[in-house]
Amino acid sequence: MALPLEVRGLSTTLFTRRGEMKAVDGLSLSVGAGETVALVGESGCGKSLSALSVMRLLPDPPARIVGGEVRLNGRDIVPLPEEGMLAIRGKEIGMIFQDPMSSLNPVATVEKQIVEVLLAHTDLGRWQARARAHELLELVGMPDAARRLDEYPHRLSGGMCQRVVIAMAIACSPSVLIADEPTTALDVTVQAQVLALLKKLQADAGMAMVFITHDLGVVAETADRVVVMYAGRKVEEATVDDLFEMPLHPYTAGLIGATPVPGAARAERLADIPGMVPPLNALPQGCAFAPRCTRVMDRCLTEKPALTVPGPGRLVACFAAERG
Amino acid sequence: MAGELASPTASPRITRGSSRRVAAFRLLRRRLIQAVPLMLGVVVINFVLIQLAPGSFLELMTAENQVSDPATIALLRKTYGLDDPVWLQLLKYIWALMRFDFGFSYRQNIPVIDAISVHLPATLLLMISSITLALAVGIAAGVVASMKVRTFWDTLVSVVAMFFFAAPGFWLGIMLIVLFSVKLGWLPVGGMATIGGASSGFTAVLDILHHLLLPTLALGLFYAAIYTRVMRSSMLEVAQLDFVRTARAKGLSRNRVTISHVLRNALLPVVTILGVQMGTVLAGSVVIESVFSWPGVGSLLFDSVSSRNYPVVLGIMVLGSLVVIAANIAVDLVYMWLDPRIEIR
Ligand SMILES: Nc1ncnc2c1ncn2[C@@H]1O[C@H](COP(=O)(O)OP(=O)(O)OP(=O)(O)O)[C@@H](O)[C@H]1O
Ligand code: SF4
Ligand SMILES: [Mg+2]
Repeated sequence: MALPLEVRGLSTTLFTRRGEMKAVDGLSLSVGAGETVALVGESGCGKSLSALSVMRLLPDPPARIVGGEVRLNGRDIVPLPEEGMLAIRGKEIGMIFQDPMSSLNPVATVEKQIVEVLLAHTDLGRWQARARAHELLELVGMPDAARRLDEYPHRLSGGMCQRVVIAMAIACSPSVLIADEPTTALDVTVQAQVLALLKKLQADAGMAMVFITHDLGVVAETADRVVVMYAGRKVEEATVDDLFEMPLHPYTAGLIGATPVPGAARAERLADIPGMVPPLNALPQGCAFAPRCTRVMDRCLTEKPALTVPGPGRLVACFAAERG
Repeated sequence: MAGELASPTASPRITRGSSRRVAAFRLLRRRLIQAVPLMLGVVVINFVLIQLAPGSFLELMTAENQVSDPATIALLRKTYGLDDPVWLQLLKYIWALMRFDFGFSYRQNIPVIDAISVHLPATLLLMISSITLALAVGIAAGVVASMKVRTFWDTLVSVVAMFFFAAPGFWLGIMLIVLFSVKLGWLPVGGMATIGGASSGFTAVLDILHHLLLPTLALGLFYAAIYTRVMRSSMLEVAQLDFVRTARAKGLSRNRVTISHVLRNALLPVVTILGVQMGTVLAGSVVIESVFSWPGVGSLLFDSVSSRNYPVVLGIMVLGSLVVIAANIAVDLVYMWLDPRIEIR
């Protein structure tokens, strides 16, 4: 059976006045049923644009998919016309966004916003949809669910808003769920609750989940596999255990705060990787990480490292890592 | 969950419908209370301004009737309280106003309130029809322009709006008369009813609407132009907000999202501006009334100013302010109804 989500060589370019910028450059990733793949990387590395590409919800202009495939349960949705996508969004693939407070329409009730997705994709009548919305709110652990239906979003806390957004995203039991930094805007305690909720919902429904974050602590808790992005490209992929055990890419190592040399003692934790993410319109000729890399070699400045397979189930794009 | 329940927004409260009604009531009460000092200020300022105006109705009255006997004039001055100090006159006026007594119009030989109330309905009718037209046209055109942004239609809407924004109301009124009344003969030149026509019933209503059309266009299109531009930019701005993307992620079409999510949010700035402009709509209607001989308070104001019938002028100012304040309160309530985030404590 086809995987719920299989992205192959996805490329998304920003066509701006200052030139074309490859925001997502040949990204591949696959997620099986019941699996969680974390997409991590610093701000601006193209995580959100990757997710929006998969949803076909890119801000156009300036962003457009220029290549690659997004296979949803085996079918490539990149060539689909907009009408085709209407039946897919919210039905086969759900998405949760970063800022729950601004993700809801301030002048529409919670009920209206949940019922809307049910009416769009199911045969439920208005009353059945309302009953179902109530069920969904209880499912996502909304306190006092019945009364919240008639509430407007400004009366809800951030955590409750995110529960509503989650309820909308899973309302039609999608096979794929994309969560773009779903907990970043929330308090720590609420973060943990929302994470636990997502994990439970995913396990119960066997959804494939893409979990976008720049918080590696969250990754360790939620993900099965991790895809590390830098400047629009995948630089490393591994299971969570492997990645934390032995990060191969110097960037990943920097994120985790460990020395990249296998077997070496862990260095003291770094607050940040020194240096800045290069702007997309001024990427270095060779490895994009070279200006910040502690293991940079001559070769890194002229040649782009390709993804290689350093071991079973692992991928890395780094000349130093290739040599071990 | 404990953290969420402890948050202030989650405190127990009554259900939405009644809590919003309570909030609306509180808003109404607060606005009415605020209106009292406001009206007092309006009365004082206008009263003082009128005192500063040259001459008095008494001079005109005595001149017209060729009264020159100083004793008679002194008697008249005493009768009308003109020898009192200004502050006492003001206090007396305010005291009278509180009993809804606006004074007496010597010219028409009727109480001021009667003189004004003959003309007020015509003005209110013109204001309401113009605002309705402006809102309907402005909102529709703004939505269309925003949905067809940077296309021919968008440009067309902008150009037309620019024209009506720049065209002075009285000039537009005259042009409309020339075109539709003089050249085409479709619509009456002025007035509010056909002389000798039906005075009641359906035909009379139709007749009034027939007369109302051109003045409404002359007054309303300027505001329609403003609302078009505000609505367009507001629609485009709201379309960028996060919740629009959430709605699209649910599988709703672009048009569905525009109508059911963007529109209502985008209306808010239009409603705000509507409230601010109530006063200028009233002032504008005074001008348009004179172009179309519309029998509203505008024509009464002109007559009264030229005949130095100051009690009537003052009465119009006070009642006009009252109308504007009332309209503002109504607009506030509409805003509140549109935006549930407005809460009055
Ligand atoms: N609408 C847009 N117009 C122009 N540039 C954009 C737009 N959206 C994103 N970008 C650029 O594309 C790059 C990738 O953005 P993206 O939002 O995917 O980053 P991200 O990895 O999600 O970062 P964050 O962690 O901050 O959410 C960034 O350099 C960003 O500046
Ligand atoms: S390829 Fe070179 S510059 Fe890039 S991460 Fe590896 S060692 Fe560093
Ligand atoms: Mg992002």
